[in-house]
Amino acid sequence: MFKLNSIPGLALIGAFLVCLLAVLTFQRPPVDVIATGGPGLGMQTLYNPAQVSKALGINQAPPVLPAIDAGPAAGTVYKNVQVLKNVSTGAFGRLMVSMTQWVAPQQGCGYCHVSGNFASDAKYTKVVARRMLQMTIAVNTTYANHVGDVGVTCYTCHRGNNAPANIWFTGVTPGSGPAMAEVNMGKNAPAADVNGSSLPSDPFTPFLLNNEKIRVSGSTALPSGNNASIKQTEWTYALMMTYAQALGVSCEYCHDSRAFNQWDESTPQRVTAFYAEAMLRDLNSNYMVPLTAQFPPALLGPSGDVAKINCATCHQGVYKPLFGAQMAKQFPPLEGVGTTAAAAPAGSSTP
Amino acid sequence: MAEYQNIFTRVQVRGPAHHGVPVPQGPWVREGKPFFSYLLGQFGNAQVGPFYLGTLGLASLLCGFVAIEIIGLNMWASVGWNPILFVRDLPWLALEPPSPAYGLHIPPLAQGGWWLMAGFFLTSSLILWFLRVHRRATQLGLGTHTAWAFASAIWLYLCLGFFRPILLGAWGEAPPFGIFPHLDWTVAFSLRCGNLYYDPFHMLSIVFLYGSVLLFAMHAATILAVSRFGGDKEVEQTIDRGTASERAALFWRWTMGFNATMESIHRWAWWFAVLTPLTGGIGILLTGTVVDDWFLWAVKHGVAPHYAAIYGAIPDPAATQGGK
Repeated sequence: MFKLNSIPGLALIGAFLVCLLAVLTFQRPPVDVIATGGPGLGMQTLYNPAQVSKALGINQAPPVLPAIDAGPAAGTVYKNVQVLKNVSTGAFGRLMVSMTQWVAPQQGCGYCHVSGNFASDAKYTKVVARRMLQMTIAVNTTYANHVGDVGVTCYTCHRGNNAPANIWFTGVTPGSGPAMAEVNMGKNAPAADVNGSSLPSDPFTPFLLNNEKIRVSGSTALPSGNNASIKQTEWTYALMMTYAQALGVSCEYCHDSRAFNQWDESTPQRVTAFYAEAMLRDLNSNYMVPLTAQFPPALLGPSGDVAKINCATCHQGVYKPLFGAQMAKQFPPLEGVGTTAAAAPAGSSTP
Repeated sequence: MAEYQNIFTRVQVRGPAHHGVPVPQGPWVREGKPFFSYLLGQFGNAQVGPFYLGTLGLASLLCGFVAIEIIGLNMWASVGWNPILFVRDLPWLALEPPSPAYGLHIPPLAQGGWWLMAGFFLTSSLILWFLRVHRRATQLGLGTHTAWAFASAIWLYLCLGFFRPILLGAWGEAPPFGIFPHLDWTVAFSLRCGNLYYDPFHMLSIVFLYGSVLLFAMHAATILAVSRFGGDKEVEQTIDRGTASERAALFWRWTMGFNATMESIHRWAWWFAVLTPLTGGIGILLTGTVVDDWFLWAVKHGVAPHYAAIYGAIPDPAATQGGK
């Protein structure tokens, strides 16, 4: 009917290719729309039922052991108990077994403990685990403004893995290229953490480890001394993309996109996210970084830095970790009951 | 059975290749032996060439080549000279302007110096091409409308990458050279200035952009519709209004009570097109220089409302707790 080298022929081929692209890359309907703002603002978080059911499948809290709280304090029975000293032996044993299921289900007790001498700190994993226990307690006791009633347990991040699936290492220092060409800009390459975009690939180091300024907007209509640059804004933009990706939400979960910076145009979730920033800086710099020397070099990042925490570490693509299952409540020691040194000072990781 | 009715026919009429009116005395002649292309003939004129290069054309192409080489080689270096990654990741790659810390000084090559150099050659290329279009038009005895319309686009390009960075005192304010990166930069620009959509000159630019599209569609549809009456001979119809012109005018008067003329529609279209980057450039120059946050500016001047809070008051936690 059409010659292929004619306009209708070329148009047909083009239309076919466009349709192919659409079929292969677009999400197919239906899409569930959840309004997050006032009527008419178009503040909507979109959910694809297929993705939601997939997320529901992999974000379920595991069954927990029956609660036990009997027996003398663990510190009086076992040697070298530093954090869970005043926890009953019953609760202590339950937590130890649970931790094994959460973090080392394949390796068992021997992943952290020396066989025949459980009190020994010879294995680095035990030293790290003790510090992580302190970190979990600190999150549940001092960061209720972020974790609320949901709280965290080892399982929130580990999900049966020795190391949580979502961790991050520091990337290249922007502008550190050794040659005459402009390389190592820390951006302009497809980056998984920022949704495959060309935005800065490691917005975590400046904002969630160091305390660089996240806010770039001014507070007045006319200039009044805010000298934040567009380049700086790209880093904040990248950080926000990681938040959205980690929680499986769009910008409108927290912001009215017509005025991103305005708090009175935002949702309460933005306040919750705000508190996470200080929490993550604390966890990364006071819990993770001091552990650097404990880890075998193979587990460290490209620049010899320790694995660190961001939103995705706990959230894993869901707006509340494990869809808000209140697991921590079922383990009172993780909420600080009967523990010592709930908020241990930085650098106290070595026994 | 193909039928030849007017210049909008789908039939390709080919005579002997037309070499054009004589070129004024100079060192350059039109290059190349003209040939005919069936496919191109379906879009426009089937005759390709001859091509007039000229001093300005040659200089422009050379500058453009240098700019693209600088950009492309830096992009290629950024993927470790891997040809597969270069092709696969090309939309993500970019040449970045210097850090704002360098202000308006000349940075080392790897820290934005290449960007500055690429910008210089690209700008030279564009301005030389503007001069070429202007000179070609003049030598053919045409008006210079095309050149000035192109100049309007160059104005917006310079506002973004040259004038505004100078006003703010840092090359770092300029966009990078790269496909996705310059789009990310555009979003970051709007995020930084509290939503560019509240910039009235950005609003005007959008009006003229969408208006251009609308006028283009209305005019093209009108002329195609009346070409059966000779409406394709627009210039003749401007001076000597025929039935095509009368019917087109009547059609729009019936439809919306008012009509452009065969002559004025082209002024409408030209000005809408030219005003798109012209107003856009003004909007860019105002941003960060005299207005810092367009949303707050719009609220202050009654352009945008604050909507009722449906979650109750959400105070800035940093105001009570400290933090950033």
